[in-house]
Amino acid sequence: MGPYLLRRLGFALLLVFVVSSASLLLTHLASGDITTEQAFVMDPAARAKLRADLGLDRPLGAQYLSWLGGVARLDFGRSLLYSRPVGELLGERALNTAILAATSLALATLIGVPLGIYTGSRSSGLGRSAVRVASIVGLSVPPLVGSLALVLLAARTGWAPAGGMTSATIVDLSWAVWIRDLLAHLPVPALALALPLAATLERLQSQAIHEAMQAPFVAASRARGVSDFDAVVRHAWPVALRPVLALYGVMVGSLFSGSFVVEVVTSWPGLGRLMFDALKARDLYLVAGCAAAGALFLAAGTWFADVLLAWADPRVRSEGGA
Amino acid sequence: MTRRAALVVIVFAAVAVVAPWLAPYDSSLAFRDYLHAPPMRPRLDGFGAPVAHPLVLVDRLEQRFELDPARVVPLPWFAHATDQSPVFLLGSDSFGRDVLSRLFYGARTSIGLALVATLGAVLIGALAGAWAGYRGGWVDESVMRVADFILVLPVIYVVLVLRAMLPLALPVSTIFLLTAWIFVAVGWPFVARGVRAIVAAERQREYVLAARSLGAGPWRLLTRHLIPACGGYLVVQATLLIPAFILGEATLSFVGLGFPEDVPSWGTMLIETANISQAARFPWTLAPAAAIFAVVLTINLALADNKRTLTP
Repeated sequence: MGPYLLRRLGFALLLVFVVSSASLLLTHLASGDITTEQAFVMDPAARAKLRADLGLDRPLGAQYLSWLGGVARLDFGRSLLYSRPVGELLGERALNTAILAATSLALATLIGVPLGIYTGSRSSGLGRSAVRVASIVGLSVPPLVGSLALVLLAARTGWAPAGGMTSATIVDLSWAVWIRDLLAHLPVPALALALPLAATLERLQSQAIHEAMQAPFVAASRARGVSDFDAVVRHAWPVALRPVLALYGVMVGSLFSGSFVVEVVTSWPGLGRLMFDALKARDLYLVAGCAAAGALFLAAGTWFADVLLAWADPRVRSEGGA
Repeated sequence: MTRRAALVVIVFAAVAVVAPWLAPYDSSLAFRDYLHAPPMRPRLDGFGAPVAHPLVLVDRLEQRFELDPARVVPLPWFAHATDQSPVFLLGSDSFGRDVLSRLFYGARTSIGLALVATLGAVLIGALAGAWAGYRGGWVDESVMRVADFILVLPVIYVVLVLRAMLPLALPVSTIFLLTAWIFVAVGWPFVARGVRAIVAAERQREYVLAARSLGAGPWRLLTRHLIPACGGYLVVQATLLIPAFILGEATLSFVGLGFPEDVPSWGTMLIETANISQAARFPWTLAPAAAIFAVVLTINLALADNKRTLTP
């Protein structure tokens, strides 16, 4: 188990390094920089001076090396857009994205997996058909459409606040109040993000259970008098877990993609919005920092999924991974 | 299954070509007196052309309209006169443009872009995948490493970074091609992966060995034997890429990195719904979101039996 997970860890680190470096270099190559995109300096001489002050006039190699040197000391530079240390900004925003992503993932799992077990273990019935239809509809609601629809619903019915993460009116910053406020704002973005994932999980789990139920050992357990419920949940499910767990590794990426859209639509102050603003303003170090944080999330997510998979399936451990 | 997927692709292509001809008004025609007009319900009046009651602006400040039950106007498809009061079957947007017309014109932009990008991604993905699967060794290794790396990344961020890198204000045709190329760059690994697996398995088969022993070169083997063997897979992948690219365009335009606002596309139409209170007051402006949902649903329904046929 050790070497396999170590190899995956190595890949994860490489991912973080390559992604953050590439986005720094790409942003550098892009036309214009912060002094032209944030048009607060018009005079060419002043602009040149500002560029010199910010160190933007140095050659690419020198800038990159000094940035790398900083990162090695966990100093991600200063955001030129917010004039704050990048690390500080990242910490705040990454937490918000993590809250959103974790809630959605939990929601998707809690909805999708039990429903998948239910539909997979049945060969006919009204409930099964209803869930099937629901999950095909759910699959067809991408986060962009889902969040727009849910925001509309929230705004028209007033069931939930339609945007943001906390109410601006709340001055009292006690934990209990903050959490209650957060919980009120969470359903719209979390549901929009979770819906297609839940549908995907349902379909996959259903298929896997259906296949596992054909296996002789399930029939054998039935013949021994194991109840229907136990045959499905205690015997078939552990075997049918692998494809679902394998999906989590893939889902982390789409969760991240989806969370960008949801963050933009519902004004959730997360990493996605930060990166987007940084990109538009050509805020070099903030872009690289966001990319690094995003890649770290991604790598941690995939690594965690690998660990889960290795735990659930002994074959993965012995294969040494591919 | 494959046939149904191919049918879906053809239908979408047809929609992209035909839709603007069905639009009742020009996509940029703005009725300045009818900003955010609500959808009007058409009805049949005897045996003549379908008609609707025209709208009367009751309150300019609140932008409130009422139907005038005394008068009827024929639907725009059945009337020549442009001086009659307009009929908005899906309402109008903040510029007073007909949402239905823009939806039709937008279908050409959005679906057209998705089709072009899909074609490119399938072509490049098939060639790269087939080459990797055919040659094996370090070629295989390096192509698939690159593909796997792209597959790990969250697609939308790659697209954002690539698009944000390039200048924003460009001619529309350039934006179209540029966006298509960016989509190709993130889309090809999805195709290449499966093609590589199929080709790596197929190249051991007798018919390929026979062709080779008859003197067929690698190019002929790939294009005439191995890539055609992936035909069904390619069609299904294309069907899956189309909605992804439609969404990609919508997302890019929504955040302001796609087409400019005056070009009708499903993404640019959604820009004004970013204002939540406006979207809540004028829910018909969300029509493109419904269109996207319909496209994705169509494809999911067309491919739904896929799993059933695979696991009887």
